[in-house]
Amino acid sequence: MRQLFKFHGGVHPPTHKEQSSQSPIAQAVLPSRLVVPLYQHIGNRAKPAVEVGQRVRKGQIIGMPEGSLSSAVHAPTSGTVAAIDMQQVAHASGMDDLCVTLIPDGQEEWIKREGMDYLSINKADIRFVLRMAGVVGLGGATFPSDQKLRPGKHKIKTVVLNGAECEPYITCDDLLMRERAEEIIQGAEIIRYMLDAEEVLIGIEDNKPEAIAAMRLAVNARPRSASADRMEVIAVPTLYPGGGAKQLIRVLTGIEVAAGVRSTDLGAQCFNVGTAYSIYRAIAHGEPLISRIVTVTGNVAQARNFEVLFGTPAHELVSQAAPLPDTNGYLMGGPMMGIRLPSEQVGIIKATNCIIAMSDVLFPPAPPALPCIRCTRCAEACPAELQPQELYWFAKAKNFDKARKYNLFDCIECGACSYVCPSHIPLVQYYRFAKSEIWDQESNQKAADAARVRHEYHEFREEREKREKAEKLAERDRAAQAAKAQKAAAPPTLPPAGEVANVSPCAAPADADPENTMQLKIQRAIEQAKLQAATTTPKNTEQLTPEQRAQIAAIEARRAHIHELASTSVEASSAMLVEANTEVKSQPPTQSPQE
Amino acid sequence: MSAFFSPFISKPEGVSLIMLKVLLALIPGIALYVWFFGSAILISITLASLTALGTEALMLKLRNRPISPFLKDNSALLTAWLLALSIPPLAPWWLVVVGTAFAISISKHLYGGLGNNPFNPAMIGYAVLIISFPLQMTHWITPHGLGQVELGFFDQLDYIFRGILPDGLKLDAVTMATPLDTLKTQLHMYGNINEIMNLPIYGHLAGQGSEWVATGFLLGGLYLLATRLISWHIPVAYLGTLFITAGLFHLADPAHYVTPLFHWFSGAAMIGAFFILTDPVSGPTTHKGKLIFAAGAGFITYLIRVFGGFPDGMAFATLLMNICVPLIDAYTQPKVFGKKGRLSDKNGGQA
Amino acid sequence: MLSALLVMLEIAVVLGAVLGFAAIKFRVEGNPMVDKIDAILPQTQCGQCGFPGCKPYATAIANGEADINLCPPGGEEGIHKLADLLGRDFVPYGGDIAPKPKSVAFIDENDCIGCTLCTQACPVDAIVGAAKQMHTIIAAECTGCELCVAPCPVDIISMIPIEETLTTWKWKYPIYALSPVK
Repeated sequence: MRQLFKFHGGVHPPTHKEQSSQSPIAQAVLPSRLVVPLYQHIGNRAKPAVEVGQRVRKGQIIGMPEGSLSSAVHAPTSGTVAAIDMQQVAHASGMDDLCVTLIPDGQEEWIKREGMDYLSINKADIRFVLRMAGVVGLGGATFPSDQKLRPGKHKIKTVVLNGAECEPYITCDDLLMRERAEEIIQGAEIIRYMLDAEEVLIGIEDNKPEAIAAMRLAVNARPRSASADRMEVIAVPTLYPGGGAKQLIRVLTGIEVAAGVRSTDLGAQCFNVGTAYSIYRAIAHGEPLISRIVTVTGNVAQARNFEVLFGTPAHELVSQAAPLPDTNGYLMGGPMMGIRLPSEQVGIIKATNCIIAMSDVLFPPAPPALPCIRCTRCAEACPAELQPQELYWFAKAKNFDKARKYNLFDCIECGACSYVCPSHIPLVQYYRFAKSEIWDQESNQKAADAARVRHEYHEFREEREKREKAEKLAERDRAAQAAKAQKAAAPPTLPPAGEVANVSPCAAPADADPENTMQLKIQRAIEQAKLQAATTTPKNTEQLTPEQRAQIAAIEARRAHIHELASTSVEASSAMLVEANTEVKSQPPTQSPQE
Repeated sequence: MSAFFSPFISKPEGVSLIMLKVLLALIPGIALYVWFFGSAILISITLASLTALGTEALMLKLRNRPISPFLKDNSALLTAWLLALSIPPLAPWWLVVVGTAFAISISKHLYGGLGNNPFNPAMIGYAVLIISFPLQMTHWITPHGLGQVELGFFDQLDYIFRGILPDGLKLDAVTMATPLDTLKTQLHMYGNINEIMNLPIYGHLAGQGSEWVATGFLLGGLYLLATRLISWHIPVAYLGTLFITAGLFHLADPAHYVTPLFHWFSGAAMIGAFFILTDPVSGPTTHKGKLIFAAGAGFITYLIRVFGGFPDGMAFATLLMNICVPLIDAYTQPKVFGKKGRLSDKNGGQA
Repeated sequence: MLSALLVMLEIAVVLGAVLGFAAIKFRVEGNPMVDKIDAILPQTQCGQCGFPGCKPYATAIANGEADINLCPPGGEEGIHKLADLLGRDFVPYGGDIAPKPKSVAFIDENDCIGCTLCTQACPVDAIVGAAKQMHTIIAAECTGCELCVAPCPVDIISMIPIEETLTTWKWKYPIYALSPVK
C-alpha cells in the first residue's frame, strides 16, 4: 500500500455524479453549424488559416498556432467556412472573440491521417505533431501539451495522471477511463517516454470504483517491458479539490507546488487522463483534437456523457439530454469552479468538460451576504492554506499590495472558502477581482516605466540636438570672423575660410588656445559628418516616378497654402522654422555656409 | 436566479444557525443555574434579549441598514445571553438594560456592526457596569439551601423591577458575595485556605452551586467542540494556562493559593473559555494566534483574580487580549501551501 | 522645580544635537521624494496637470507647489497612492480637464503630409516618419497624451479609445448584496 499524503482543508459537496455516470458515452448528433473559437487555449490566439467560403475537411487546420505558446485549431467536421468573425464565446466575460463558423456537409470527410510509432521519431517532432494537432490540457486549464512535454532543467521523477475528477456533477473522465482505459494508458506511456520519468501515478478518487478497476486492468494488461517501469493506479480519498493538479501531486507524491513554481522543477508533472487520451490519438492515429467527452447533466431528463465536436452550440448539445422546462441557465464546468454560459448559442470548446442545466431548485439563489465574522471556516477549508478572511478584507478594501503579501496568488480559486462561508460572501469573486486588478496595475506600471525611459531619452536627445546646433552656429560665426580677419591681413591668393580651417589648423593664430583647438576638432567632426551625409542621399527619394513627383509637388503646394493661411499663428511659424531646418540639412554643406 | 459566478453551491449552515447552536450550547449551564439559584436568571436573560433585539433594530435603522437579516443572525441574542449570565440575577432591571444597550449600540454598532467590533460586546457591557455600578454588581443570589430565606419567582420579579423585597427582609439575607470574592476577603482576614474552604458556601471544587453551573457550561463547550463550531485552541490554551499558573502558585504555597481546579470551576472561567473568548469577531484567526490569545487571557485572569481589585478577571482579560488581536494575527500568519519546506522555499518565492 | 527645568533643558539640548548630527550624517542629495512621486505618476507626459511633464509635476508636488489631484490619466487610484505616500488625505480629482478613457493616437496615413510636427511633439518618441514621409504611431509605445493632436496642420490625428478584449477583460468588483431582493 502506497503512502498517501494529505492536503489541508477541502470540502465535501454533494457529488451528484450517479446522475450522468449510468449510461455509456454517446456520440452527439452532428449540429447544424459549428462556431469554433480560435482562442481555446492558454497562450496566443491561433491565426485563421482558411477563408470564408472555403471547403474544409474534417481535421483540417483552420487556425495556425502563433508564437511558442499556442496551439492549432481544426475543423471538427467537413464542410464550408461560413464566416470568420467575432462571436460570443464560452468565457466568463461573455465577450466576443474571433471564431470560424462552419456549416457541416455531413460527409465527415477526413484529412489524410497518419499514425506513427513514437519510439521511432525524435521528441521535438512529437512535440511539433502535438502542437499542430491542437492537443491541450483537457482538465480545464487548456495549457498546450507540447509545452508541458518539454524537458526542463530538472529530472522528472513522477508523471501524475489526473483522473480524480473532484468537482460535483462531472463524470466525463470517469466514463473515459471506464471505456477507453487502454488508450489512456498508451498516452501515459508516451508522456513518460517524452519526459523520461521514472513512474506514472494515476490518481482516481475512490468514488469511481469502475474507473479504478478498468484502469488497473489496462495497466496490468500491458506487455511487460524490460525497463520494469512503474505505473500504478491509486485510489485517492474523495475530497474536493483533490483533483486540482497541485493537490493531486501533493496527495500522491508529498510535493507541494507553490504559486509561481513549476512542478517540473520539483520533479513532477501532471496530466489529465483526457489529455493522455488525446495525445495517444494524435500520435498513434494522427487524429487532431476535434472533439471531447462532455457531461450533460443537472436539470435534464437524460443526463449522460457525449462525444462532442468543438464548436457545437450548447443548446444543440443540451437538447439531446432533454432539459426540463424550469431550466434557467447553463453552467460550463462544475458548480464549484465553472462559469455561467453567456448564452446557449456559444460553442463547446476544449475546456468544456461539463454542461449543467440550472434551475432554482438545484442551484437556489445565494442568500444575501452578511459581513465576515472571522469564523475562519474558510481558512479551515482552504487547500492552499491561505487566510481567506484576511485576503477578503484586503481585496474588499482594494489594498492589493497587502493582499499580495498574504499570498493572494497562491489561491487556486477552487471556491471551497465561498462554499463553507456562513456569511455567504462571494469570496472567490473578490480574489479574482483583486488578481485581475493587480495584473492590470502591473502592466500599467510596466508601460509607465517604459514611457519614462523613452521620455527621458527624448529629453536627452532634444538637449543634445540643441547643444549641437548651438555649437555649430558658434563655430560658423567664429569661422566667418576668422576668415574676415585673414582676408584683411593676408594676401588675396589664400583659399576660402572653410578650407583654411580644415587643412592648416596648426598655422591658425588661435592654435595656442586649447579651447580653440577643441572647437576646431568639433568643427572637423561636423564637416566630416556633413560630407558623409552628402555622399549618402536618402534612398527613398531617388528614382521617383513622374507620378510620385507630381504627388510631392501637390503636397508641397498644399503645405505652402496652409502655411500662408496660418502664417501669423505660432504653430505655423515654428513649422516654418522646422522647414528651414530640414532644408538646411538636406542640402549639401558646400552651399550652405552663409545661411 | 442563482449566483452568477462560481461557486454556485454553498453549505446551508449560515451565521444564524451557528449562533443558534451556540445559544443551545448554553442551555445546560442555564438549566443548572436555575436549579441552584432560582429562576431570576431567566428574567434577566429575557430582559437582556429584548433590549438587545430592540437596540439592534434601532441601530440598524439609524445606520440605514437592512434590519431583518441582521436581527435573524442571532448574534445580538448571544451577546445578550452572555452578558445576562455574567451579571447578578437580582440586579435591577435598568442595570441589565443599560449594560445590554451599551454593548449593542456602542461597542458593536458604532464600530460597524456585526463582524467589525474589535472588542467582545458582552464583556464591554460587563466592564461598563462593574465600573459604573459596582454596588449593584455584587448582589449575587445565595445558592439553593444555603440562605435563611429563599425568594420565590414573583418576589424576584418584584425586586428586579421595583426594588421591593418582601416585608422585613434585607437584601443581605438573600444575597452574598461570589465564592471568588469571598475567598479574597477571607484571605485578607484569616489567611488560611483550608479553613476558608470549610465555609458553607464552598462545595467540592469551588463555590456551592456555581461549580455545577460551570460544569454545565463545560458540557455545552464540549458540544461546541464536538460539532466543530469552535476549535480546541482557545479553550485548551485558556484553561491550560489558568491551570498551570494556578498550579504553580498552589504548589509553592498551598496555604495561600487555591487549587487550579477551584479556578477552573469558579467565576466565568468555563463560560469564558468556551463561549466568550471564542467569539470569532473579536478574536484572532490563526491557530497560533488563538493559542497566544487564550494563554494571555488565562494568565491575566489569574493575575486579576489573585492580585487585582476585581472579583473576577475574565472580562478584563478578554478585553485586554482583544486589543492585541491585530498584532497577534499579523505576527502569526502561517506559511502557505508549498512555502513551508526548504525545498519549495528554494524554488518558490512570491508570485 | 529648577532641577526639573534643567533636566528638560538637558534633554532638549541632547536631542537637538542628535537630530542635528543625523541631519548631517544622513543627508540625502537630491530630492528622493520627487522620484517616488514620479514613480506613481502614469508617465503619459501629457501636461494636463499644467506642468510640462510628469517629472516637473512630481517636483511641484514635492515642493508643495501643486496639489496631488491634478493628474487625469492617473485617476483616483493615482491620487490615493499619492495621498498614501505623502501622508495626506485623499482629495477628489480637481483638474480642469475631464479624465478620458485610455486611448492611443492614430494617424490617418493617407493624408499625412510628412511635416514631422507630431514627431517633435511626441514626448516618448512613439511616432516614426521622416520629413516628407508619412508618419505612423507605434501603438504599443503611445501613452495617449494627445500632445500630437494639436500640432498636426492637416488634422488627421485622432484618439482611439482602447477597447476591452477577451484578453484584457477584468473581473469586476463583486456586488455586495446586503438586503434580500424579496
